Amino acid sequence: MRTGRGAIQDVEIRNVGGPIVMGEIPGVVALVGCSNYPKGVKEVAEIAVEFAKRHYIVLTSGCAAMSIAAVKDEEGKSPYENYPGTFDAGGIVNVGSCVSNAHIAGAAIKIASIFAKRRLRGNYEEIADYILNRVGAVGVGWGAMSQKAASIASGFWRLGIPVIVGPHGSKYRRMLLGRQDLAEDWYVHDARSGRRIYVGPVPEHLFCAVETKEEAMVLMAKLCMRPNDTSKGRSIKLTHYIDLSRRLYGSIPDDLPLFVRTLADVPITMKDEIVNILNSKGWKENVIPDPTLLPKLIRERG
Amino acid sequence: MVVSTEPWQKAEIPGPSKAQVITKPEVVSALIKRAKRPLLIVGHTSIDVQLTGSSVIDYIIRIAENAKIPVVATAHVENEFLKRKFQVDASLPAVDVANRLCDPNWKGIDGGGPYDLALFVGLPYYMQWLILSGLKHFSPNLKTVSLDMHYQPQASWSFSNVTSQEWEENLKVIIQKLGGN
Repeated sequence: MRTGRGAIQDVEIRNVGGPIVMGEIPGVVALVGCSNYPKGVKEVAEIAVEFAKRHYIVLTSGCAAMSIAAVKDEEGKSPYENYPGTFDAGGIVNVGSCVSNAHIAGAAIKIASIFAKRRLRGNYEEIADYILNRVGAVGVGWGAMSQKAASIASGFWRLGIPVIVGPHGSKYRRMLLGRQDLAEDWYVHDARSGRRIYVGPVPEHLFCAVETKEEAMVLMAKLCMRPNDTSKGRSIKLTHYIDLSRRLYGSIPDDLPLFVRTLADVPITMKDEIVNILNSKGWKENVIPDPTLLPKLIRERG
Repeated sequence: MVVSTEPWQKAEIPGPSKAQVITKPEVVSALIKRAKRPLLIVGHTSIDVQLTGSSVIDYIIRIAENAKIPVVATAHVENEFLKRKFQVDASLPAVDVANRLCDPNWKGIDGGGPYDLALFVGLPYYMQWLILSGLKHFSPNLKTVSLDMHYQPQASWSFSNVTSQEWEENLKVIIQKLGGN
């Protein structure tokens, strides 16, 4: 197994900033939490490999990191041997023990600090606002069962990073679920104009228990979308969402029109098919704002 | 048939209000016929469990077709329905649909108004337990029915702990009483 490597360095964050913003790296997924898996260790490794193949940055920690190392392919190699340990597209990065989850949250905070020059000291709300609206990161506690895992999940969702847990996670008896059918829930301030703008249900949930790894994978791709995605970034994220949904659910997702803001968001290889769907559902073009939930960050009042 | 109404999972203590036991499967078909707005929620274990005649999901499709109930598939069950040429009405996470059922202002997946009966089948036992507990406390106008083979005391109605043979017979009777064969 790959040794836990500790904090993600500033220079590594700088190297992936462009690709993350442009969408070449569709998101950062963190496989964390305990090993109370519904169907054994294999599933968590399958999730890691699936997302590494799709050029997401895959971070692992604690029991989940160990479980991934326990699964070998037909050549006897673990995912750590097949994928690089760099904080970059397609890497599977073991940050260390369960308490090293702080390094994953730290990486998200560093993105806000380095690229948006957000002040770090006493400035939690602006950093959480930045991460919620811009950083396509998702945490997955596939075997989460402990109180420690619950508090780690809590630390992530309050930072604006959605967390998916396996079926046993339902026993935490708390979910933070959005309602994509309530359009009024999905408005943000445009920091440029001060206008309230509909951005769609991104990210739809902040804490959600799912039943199967297939459901988790589709939801992970969906929860990586953010209001501030560039058109290229949204297009790549939608490609993965649609592709996973088609393969695992057998259909194009019903909620697809909610995630398309302009026609430039539509994945180019599926354009005709998706435009037909958009037209049949009465889709209307929208704008891409400079999103924030904090009125104090509005630069000009509309 | 020996009626066992102990919770299937130890240490799951339901409180004073427990599900009425469905001693005859005809009760389920009567509940469905009487309901104005029923909803069937199907989880992934309906794919995994194979009964002698066919898999659970095949029986569920026959129930849905005969009773004309809208179906919500959770997890990746939609794929299995599509393989059997059955179109579900929605595919949502189980906790998401439960959350919506708790909202008295939810118009439903078709916009036709709130549901008065929710039938659950195929969710993991402990997950269904928690969802039914939430609905029992926060959705007072909704009746819930568990169609699984283990007693779910948090539902309004549930089968007792039955064998897979008894369960299959029950599903067949429900289908017959709904006009199927």
